[in-house]
Amino acid sequence: MTIRPPEESALPVRTPRVNMASLAIQTHGLTKVFGKQAVVGGIDLAVPSGTVFGFLGPNGSGKTTTIRMLLGLAAASSGEINLLDGVMPRDARAVLPRVGALVEGPAIYPFLSGRANLQRFDAADRHTSPSTRNARVDAALERVGLGHAATKRAHAYSLGMKQRLGIANALLAPRELLILDEPTNGLDPQGTREVRNLIKSLSDDGTTIFVSSHLLAEVEQMCSMVAVMSAGRLVAQGTLDELRSEGIARVRVTTPDHVEARRVLAGLGLDTETHGRDDVVTAELSVPGLLPETVNAALVRADVRVRGFETSGASLEDRFVALTGEGFDVAG
Amino acid sequence: MLSEITVLFRRLRTWAMIGALALIPVLIAVVVRVSSDGSGSGRGPAFLNSITQNGLFVSLTALTVAIPLFLPLTIGVVAGDTIAGEANLGTLRYLLVAPAGRIRLLLVKYAGAALFCFVATLTVVVTGGIIGALLFPVGPVTLLSGDTVGIAGYFVRLLLLALYVTVSLLGLSAIGLFISTLTTIPVGAMAATAALAAVAQILGALPQLEWLHPWLFTNYWLGFADLLREPIVWTSFADNALLQAGYIAVFGTLAYGRFSTKDILS
Ligand SMILES: Nc1ncnc2c1ncn2[C@@H]1O[C@H](COP(=O)(O)OP(=O)(O)OP(=O)(O)O)[C@@H](O)[C@H]1O
Ligand SMILES: [Mg+2]
Repeated sequence: MTIRPPEESALPVRTPRVNMASLAIQTHGLTKVFGKQAVVGGIDLAVPSGTVFGFLGPNGSGKTTTIRMLLGLAAASSGEINLLDGVMPRDARAVLPRVGALVEGPAIYPFLSGRANLQRFDAADRHTSPSTRNARVDAALERVGLGHAATKRAHAYSLGMKQRLGIANALLAPRELLILDEPTNGLDPQGTREVRNLIKSLSDDGTTIFVSSHLLAEVEQMCSMVAVMSAGRLVAQGTLDELRSEGIARVRVTTPDHVEARRVLAGLGLDTETHGRDDVVTAELSVPGLLPETVNAALVRADVRVRGFETSGASLEDRFVALTGEGFDVAG
Repeated sequence: MLSEITVLFRRLRTWAMIGALALIPVLIAVVVRVSSDGSGSGRGPAFLNSITQNGLFVSLTALTVAIPLFLPLTIGVVAGDTIAGEANLGTLRYLLVAPAGRIRLLLVKYAGAALFCFVATLTVVVTGGIIGALLFPVGPVTLLSGDTVGIAGYFVRLLLLALYVTVSLLGLSAIGLFISTLTTIPVGAMAATAALAAVAQILGALPQLEWLHPWLFTNYWLGFADLLREPIVWTSFADNALLQAGYIAVFGTLAYGRFSTKDILS
């Protein structure tokens, strides 16, 4: 687990070289420069086989660019990529048939039906079997719930239907690795849940799934491991629990003596937050070594009548914001 | 490859273009028929005049009319669309991660464009043959050398003609393919390709640029007359083929050079 504050991340993270076979994706110093801007600045990803790996980051942090490089669509400015048992882009022909991908949303031929679209993409790989094509295409359509709309022209598909078609394209053949760039974009709640279930069942079958997203709630439900990008850098990588436990815990005190409670907490060096309710005082346990029980004892000593006292670990959202910064503006 | 052909010919646009091309001989035949009623001959280009004497000439006339403008325009659309069109739709990235292989994709795309050249030319020739037979007398045809060939012989020559024109357009297709790898905006690539065809023809018409003419891909576009002699003179066919092969080699290499390392960011 490597978590570093953003300012330190100028130094590339050195992930220990793990046995190659156990990693589905591994990069070293992967960099992409557009013009003068390092859109991806030397990242070291290590995605163990068999995991559902969340790839997080704010808009414009370089997720899609990284995925393009992983798939050989864009050449890395520098760095190495190992994908399954090959080196990209050198071994693209051997590796890519075993990888299903959704990159930056679906793409369709509007004048073809959904089914014909998939047949086209399937035929693009010379090694797929034409005799099983129809069956595989229909199975993939069925899997994403497009069975009934298979013969409809794709230009008449709704946003979510196109997205489903894009996911179906990634499922045309049994894959060892799925790289899904924001798969639930534009999906309705049922669709989102279906995709989650789909990812779960594919993962149970042993497929490694690398899924980029900024929907944290979704990532929390699906992924066992995550990496966080911020402005082209990898600012954290590890299991979800590790990431959350690195976060700062919070206390929440319910009390009629809120003025006194604030004074006590401030005396301990904590910044209390204001809420709509007068009887609730919350604060981050931002002082190193300060335990919740110490806070509670201090409150009681000061005769603060405590009606409720709760502690909580950092939410993924808190961690995400802490790692990638508060600002709403995308890093140019 | 099959998939490429299906996609090309499942597009309404492709059929619209083929339909438009088919309209050329029909239009010519009908206009000539209507205006030439009664009077046996009149003013106008030599070819147009001979239509009324023999319906089989409709194909030839239509080709002559289509070569400078309509054929290059449709080829420009198809060749300019090859890569840029896929890039514009975003489908290019999915073809490449399938993986289609970049060289293979270029080859297939080029083959598709070449096939379209042939179908387009053949469309003009065949519709011309049919409408000519319907509206005008059909019989043994006098060739440019003064010899006469029967209908079968003439059809063979028409087919050769279609082949000649197809070959003529292969260089332009290669140029279109290359331009198509440069952009993600298909209309731009289409327009540029068609415009180049026009420029080449204008340059070819300027006597001051005589030295340049043998190098223009349009140089032999209208040089099919030799196929209408007895015996057939093959030199222009061979020269044309060589020139076009040169263009294919140069622009094919350029397209490969560009596309094989291109970042697909659409
Ligand atoms: N073709 C390009 N030329 C120049 N810069 C680009 C290009 N494509 C992307 N970028 C820049 O690269 C950065 C990262 O873009 P990328 O698409 O990888 O972000 P992302 O993490 O996928 O964002 P999102 O969550 O919005 O999908 C952005 O700053 C973007 O402006
Ligand atoms: Mg993205």
